[in-house]
Amino acid sequence: MVALCPGPVDIAGVRLNNHLILAAGLLGTTGASLARMLSLGAGGVVTKSIGPEPKTGHAGPCVAVIDGAILNAMGLPNPSKDFLGELDRLSHEPVIASIFGGTPEEFGEVASWFAGKVQGLELNLSCPHAEGYGAALGSDPEMVRECTRAAKRAGLPVWVKLTPNVCSIAEFGIAAQEGGADAVVAINTVKAMRISTGMRRPVLGHGMGGLSGPAIFPIAVRCVWELYEACDIPVIGCGGVSTADNVVEMMMAGASAVEIGSALIESDTIFSSVAQQLYRRDGGEDACDIVGCAHD
Amino acid sequence: MTAAKTRATLWGVLMIEEIPSEPVVITHIVRETASIRTFEFSRRFEAQAGQFCMVWIPGIDEIPMALSAGNAITVQKVGEATGALFSRSEGDVIGIKGPLGNGFSPEGRVLAVAGGVGAAPLRPLVTYGQADTFILGARTAEELLYADELNGKVDLRIATDDGTRGHHGFVTALLEEADPASYDTICVCGPEMMMKAVLAILDAHGVADRGQFSLHRYMKCGVGICGSCCCDPSGLRVCRDGPVFTGDVLLQSSEFGRYSRDASGRRIPF
Repeated sequence: MVALCPGPVDIAGVRLNNHLILAAGLLGTTGASLARMLSLGAGGVVTKSIGPEPKTGHAGPCVAVIDGAILNAMGLPNPSKDFLGELDRLSHEPVIASIFGGTPEEFGEVASWFAGKVQGLELNLSCPHAEGYGAALGSDPEMVRECTRAAKRAGLPVWVKLTPNVCSIAEFGIAAQEGGADAVVAINTVKAMRISTGMRRPVLGHGMGGLSGPAIFPIAVRCVWELYEACDIPVIGCGGVSTADNVVEMMMAGASAVEIGSALIESDTIFSSVAQQLYRRDGGEDACDIVGCAHD
Repeated sequence: MTAAKTRATLWGVLMIEEIPSEPVVITHIVRETASIRTFEFSRRFEAQAGQFCMVWIPGIDEIPMALSAGNAITVQKVGEATGALFSRSEGDVIGIKGPLGNGFSPEGRVLAVAGGVGAAPLRPLVTYGQADTFILGARTAEELLYADELNGKVDLRIATDDGTRGHHGFVTALLEEADPASYDTICVCGPEMMMKAVLAILDAHGVADRGQFSLHRYMKCGVGICGSCCCDPSGLRVCRDGPVFTGDVLLQSSEFGRYSRDASGRRIPF
């Protein structure tokens, strides 16, 4: 299989220890947890999404682990500004703050809290199950453009995480690019539902949720492919990645780096085990030769 | 340890295996104390003492709860979800996802130390014949959990804060009396400040590493991915790396006995 040269990489304004990034929403609520994921081999970590006000999230069940996938509807629980205290010992680490808001102004405000605290921002314009936030804004290209523009004022690199629950994801990638985004991240979860036939009701307390894990990997690859064709800024792949070969496939579709999330259900050592397979000190290929090579 | 098993599929992608929430019928409700009830249900799970499950109360919430038997949970009414569970009757259906977490690892001579509803995860140690001595504490005699059930099955020693039954005072006095260093494993569950006091005694006797403490933290997923129950400064997950942690690990903790986090992730001091 294809192997890459190991070493730090610069992706869209952020220096990462490797190409493998902890995706937003998993094990990112506390500074200690983020530090632990870095120590376990993540090349960078994205925090839990932080918003303008503290939120407790939806009533449970919040997570349902089903065959081949995970369904979740957390409801953007977050401690808001209190989260800054979690970052005290991480100021020089490759930490990207995921942020959300209900308006461009709120994105601008939350973004400003993180100046000097993190290496970059990832805008959550894509959570499929939080009314008034996430995909509610992220399915309007004008809103994507304006929220990106507002967040950019914080002076940090801005990555925009996109929802696949639209007809043409490329249109939203272009909107983010026009707003000044340094990268787009694709994809957030796919809007989905399962029903417990024994309980005669949806398996999630919120009913509707977001699907992640291996089941959505082909959708993610397709979205990365379309964004790579449409945009001039880097694409960061996310969605169902759980092996080194998945990473290579995502990169061949056009991803400069990848985020890993649901694969943590198997083990929290997923980053080091993927990295062990992915990198080879002697004879590893330069990632530049791999990214987007399937388009040639 | 319950973890999602994986297997390869067509795409070379590791497949996640379902962790189902099993619908179970509540078959029997035992009124243990004024605020604590045991709910027995129609299915028995293969669990070790100290493992827990996520209890789905339809239409309300899903909450972590220790398995007090393979087919039972023992619940104290403390909030909305537990209150809703108390309004359920025999014949009603709830969902059980589990068993989850590591559980206790009793070896050699075993001492259990319980405070209040903390007796719930320790009860299977007695059921499975794994405990030699059981120190049970509560504020008052009427709040002692399982006292009659445990009597005769284990060397039971009781403490009540108000002296209405057994030793007048805290379980810590009985622990000193019992000579903790004469036990190989000391399994502990109760209010965190009580567990902190127990840990201090074990540490003073040089046996902190023999202590196994079951922690309670707010949990959203229960399966090790969301991060709502991660502890400082290790980042270890109570749901997956715990809920049972050894005393030597907790001695390094900046969080144990000081604060926990609420549903939003904000720190709440004890």
